[in-house]
Amino acid sequence: MPTNLIGYGGWLTILVVAAHVVVRIVAPYADPVLLPVVAALNGLGLAVIHRIDLAKDTGLASQQLTWMTLGVALFVGTLIALPDHRLLARFTYTSGLAAIVLLILPMLPGLGTQINGARIWISLGPFSFQPGEIAKMLLVITFAGYLVVHRDALALAGRRVVFVDLPRGRDLGPVLMMWVVSLGILVLQRDLGSSLLFFGLFLVMLYVATERPGWLIVGGLLFFGGATAAFRIFGHVQSRVDIWLDPFADPDGSGYQLVQALYGFAWGGLVGRGLGEGMPQRVPYVESDFILAAIGEELGLTAVMAVLLLYGLVVERALRAALISRDGFGKLVATGLAAVFALQVFVVIGGVTRLIPLTGLTTPFLSYGGSSLVANWVIIAILLRISDQARRPLPDLAAEAETDPDEQATQVVKVVSER
Amino acid sequence: MNKPIRAVSIFCMFLFLALMANVTYVQFWKSDDYNTDPRNARVAEASYSRERGQILVGDQPVATSKPSDDRYKYLRVYPEAGARMFAPVTGYLQLGSQTGIERSQNAVLTGEDPQLFVTRLVDLLKGETAQGGNVVLTLDADAQKAAFEGLRDTLGPKGEGSVVAIQPKTGRVLAMASYPSYDPNELATHDSAKASETYQALDGDDREPLLNRAIRTRLFPGSTFKLVTAAAAIESGKYHVGDDVPAGATYQPPGTTHRIGNDGRGQCSPAKIGFATAMEFSCNTTFAQLAVEVGPEKMREQAEAFGFNNSSLLDLQGQVQSVYPTGVDVPESEGGGTRELSLAETAQTGIGQNTVQATPLQMAMVTAAIANQGTLMRPYLVEQVQTAGFDVLRTTEPEVLNDHAVSARTAGELTDLLVATVESGTASPARIDDVKVAGKTGTAQRGDSLCSAGGKPPYAWFVSFAPADNAEVAVAVMIEEAPDRACGEIAGGQLGGPIAKAVMEAVLNK
Repeated sequence: MPTNLIGYGGWLTILVVAAHVVVRIVAPYADPVLLPVVAALNGLGLAVIHRIDLAKDTGLASQQLTWMTLGVALFVGTLIALPDHRLLARFTYTSGLAAIVLLILPMLPGLGTQINGARIWISLGPFSFQPGEIAKMLLVITFAGYLVVHRDALALAGRRVVFVDLPRGRDLGPVLMMWVVSLGILVLQRDLGSSLLFFGLFLVMLYVATERPGWLIVGGLLFFGGATAAFRIFGHVQSRVDIWLDPFADPDGSGYQLVQALYGFAWGGLVGRGLGEGMPQRVPYVESDFILAAIGEELGLTAVMAVLLLYGLVVERALRAALISRDGFGKLVATGLAAVFALQVFVVIGGVTRLIPLTGLTTPFLSYGGSSLVANWVIIAILLRISDQARRPLPDLAAEAETDPDEQATQVVKVVSER
Repeated sequence: MNKPIRAVSIFCMFLFLALMANVTYVQFWKSDDYNTDPRNARVAEASYSRERGQILVGDQPVATSKPSDDRYKYLRVYPEAGARMFAPVTGYLQLGSQTGIERSQNAVLTGEDPQLFVTRLVDLLKGETAQGGNVVLTLDADAQKAAFEGLRDTLGPKGEGSVVAIQPKTGRVLAMASYPSYDPNELATHDSAKASETYQALDGDDREPLLNRAIRTRLFPGSTFKLVTAAAAIESGKYHVGDDVPAGATYQPPGTTHRIGNDGRGQCSPAKIGFATAMEFSCNTTFAQLAVEVGPEKMREQAEAFGFNNSSLLDLQGQVQSVYPTGVDVPESEGGGTRELSLAETAQTGIGQNTVQATPLQMAMVTAAIANQGTLMRPYLVEQVQTAGFDVLRTTEPEVLNDHAVSARTAGELTDLLVATVESGTASPARIDDVKVAGKTGTAQRGDSLCSAGGKPPYAWFVSFAPADNAEVAVAVMIEEAPDRACGEIAGGQLGGPIAKAVMEAVLNK
C-alpha cells in the first residue's frame, strides 16, 4: 500500500466532507449531484497525478492537493460570501475590466512567462498562474450582466439583413468590443484553445439571451472566417492542423506527443493496463493537458467513458439549474458556465484523441494546474448557488396565516362594531 | 430563455457523443493497428517488462529472461557458452527491435500468440502476470558447435563463412552457423547507450558480424552447382552414371571466343571420360558441355525444382532468394527487355558461374534433396511451441516442398557419383571411417583471374551427406573470406571438407 495513501486520501476526504457540510448549511437547496461528481473527478486526477509522479520522480500531487485546498477554501468562501448570485450582477462592468486586466497581465514584461509558445502565464515568486482561467469566469458574469439588461433591445430593435435581425450597434457594441479585446489579446498570446472557448461562450450566451438562432449562423460564419484567416496567417495554427491530419508524418518530432497519446489509448484498450502498469510518462505533458491519455492507457476505455459521463453530468446539472432558475441573470450565468465547461472538455479531449486539432487547454479538475483547479471550484460554487436559489421553495404566504395564534405576538386589535 | 437553453443542451450532448464515439474508435477499433505499429516503442518496451519465453535447443535454453531490478523487470540473456554460436538464429532483442527467431516468433515469446490464449486466460484468472511461450529449435547443439568452431578454427580471426546442415528426410535445420558472429547479450543490455554503441560498431564492421550468411549471403556456388547440372543431364535421359560424358582440356562454347579450362586437372583432358571421373575431378569442360546440351530452359527448371528463385524458409525473415537466371536484361541502348541466356552463358552457369548465385541454405537443400531420394523438404527451424510450463502446444510437421526435385533413380545415380568423389576424388577430406559419405567440392572464381595470376582468392564450397544410402544429415559449407590462408590454399575440399566432416560426425555419433 502506498505510504501516502492515508495522507492524500484522508486530506481529500476532509476537504470534500467540509465542502459538503458548508453546502448543507449555507445552500441547503443546492443541486446534490454536482459536488460528488466534482469530488470524484478531482480525486481521480489526484490519483493519476500521483501515479505520474512515481514514474517521473516529481512531486506534483502534493502541490495539486495544496491547490485543491485553496480551491475548496474559495469554494466555501464564495458560497458564504454570496448568499444570492444576483449580487454578481452588480459587478458587470467591474468584472469585465478585471477580465481584461487579467488577460493583459501575462503580456507585461517581468511578470509574464512564456511556456510552450503560449504567453499566458504570470510568475509570482515560486508560483505561476494562468489568469485566463479566472478571466473566463469573469467574462461569463460580464456577458450575463450586460445581456440580461439589454436583451430586449438586442432581440427586438435593429435591422433585418437578409434573414438575420441584427441589433443596433449601440446595444451590441460594448459586449462586442469586450469580446474582440479579449480575443485579440489571446491571439497575441497564441492561446488557441482559450480563443475558441471565448468565442463559443460569447456566441452561446448571445443566442440564449436573444433567442435568435440567426446569431449561431452569423457566429458560425465568423468562426470559419476567423479559423481560415488564422490558418493562413499563423504558422503555428498550420502546424497544428498538419499534425492533426497526419500525426504519423513526423512521429518522432512534431507529431510525437499526439502519436504517443494515441499509442497510449490503444495500449490501454477496453479495460486498461492497470494503474501503474502503463507508460504514460512517454507522453509529454501527460500530467496537464494530456492527463486523459494516462487514464485511457492505464484505466481503459471504460474509465474514459466514465470521465466523459461525469463531465456530461456537470454540464447537464448546470444547464438544469439554468432552466429552472427564476431570473434571467441566473439563467445566463449558469448557461455560460455550462457552455464554458462543455467547450473546454470538448476542445481538450477532442484534441488529445485526435477528433479536432490540438489546442492547449486543461482538463477541468483532472489536469495538474492550480489556476484551472481553483477557478473550476469557484465556478461550481456559483453554479451551486444558482441551483440553490432556483430550487428554493417559494415563500408560502398561506402557511403564514395558519400559524397558531397563540404563538403570535400579542397585539391590540381594534374591533369595529358593525352596528 | 428556456428554448435556447434546451437547444444548447442538445448541442452539448452531441459534443459529448462525438467524444465518446471517437475515443471508442481509438481505443477499440484502431487499437490493434496502433499496437502492432512497428514504430510503437511502447509495445516493445512493455515486452521488456514481461517474462519473455525461452528459446531452446534440445532442453538447453539459448535465450532466456532473468529478473532485473533496473527500469525493466526482465533482462534478456543469451547463455554465455552458446551466445555467439546461436546468435545468427536466435537473433537479439533490443528495445524497439528484434531479429532472428526473437523476431519471427515474437508473438509466441511475448505470449500474445492465439495458441497461448488459454494459458493467458489461466494466468489472468490466477492473478499472475502472463508469461510468454517457449520456442524449441530444430538445431542439434553438437552439430551447431562443430559448425561454428569449425569455421572459427579453420578461417582464422578475419575469416567469413557459413555452414548449414539439414536432416534430409524432414527438412529440420540441424545447424546454421555464420562467422564472424556477435554476442547478443551486448545488444540486449538495458544500458541503451552501451547497446547502441555496440550496435553502431557491429553495424559498421566490414566483416558484417550481424549478417546471417546462411540465408542472406548468396555467392557463385561454383562446382557444387555441378550437382544441379548433373541432375539435369541425368533427368534428360541422355546420360547415366556408367556412361561416358564429353570432356576435353578446354571447351569453347558456341558463339564465343572464351575458353573454359579445367584449372590444370589432366584427368579431364580426353574428349570422353566416365561420368564418375568427371565428377571426381570436377571437370569444367564436362559440365559446361552438359549444360549446353540440356539448354537454359531445362537447367532453370532443374534449379527451381531444388528451390532456386524462391524463398522456402518461413521461420526466419530476410532470406534472400538464390538465383538461376530466367533471362538476361538487355540494356536500354540495345533495345531493352530481356532475352534468353546464350549458349555461352549457359555453359558458364553449368559450372556455377555467370549469374548463378546460391545461399549456403540453398546448397544444403540441393544436397538434402539428392540424399532424400529426390524429395525436397521445406527447411524449418521451429520444432515446437510450448507454454511457459513446457506443455507442448504445437509440433511442426515436416512439409514436402517438391516430391520430385529429381526422380529417386536420378538421386541414386547422383549419390553414386558423389560417393566416388569422396572416396577417390576432390572431396576426400570428408571421408569418415566406416561411413559411406557423398560429397562435392566447389571453388568459385571471383573475377576473371586466378590465384596464380594474382587474382582475388576464390569462394570455397563443400556439400556432403552421410550415410550415403540412408542419409541423416546433409551439409553445405561456404567460405567467403579466409585471409590468413594463402590464395591457392583456398579450395572447397581443403577448407570446407573437414568442417563438413566434423558436422556430419557430430550428428552421426548420436
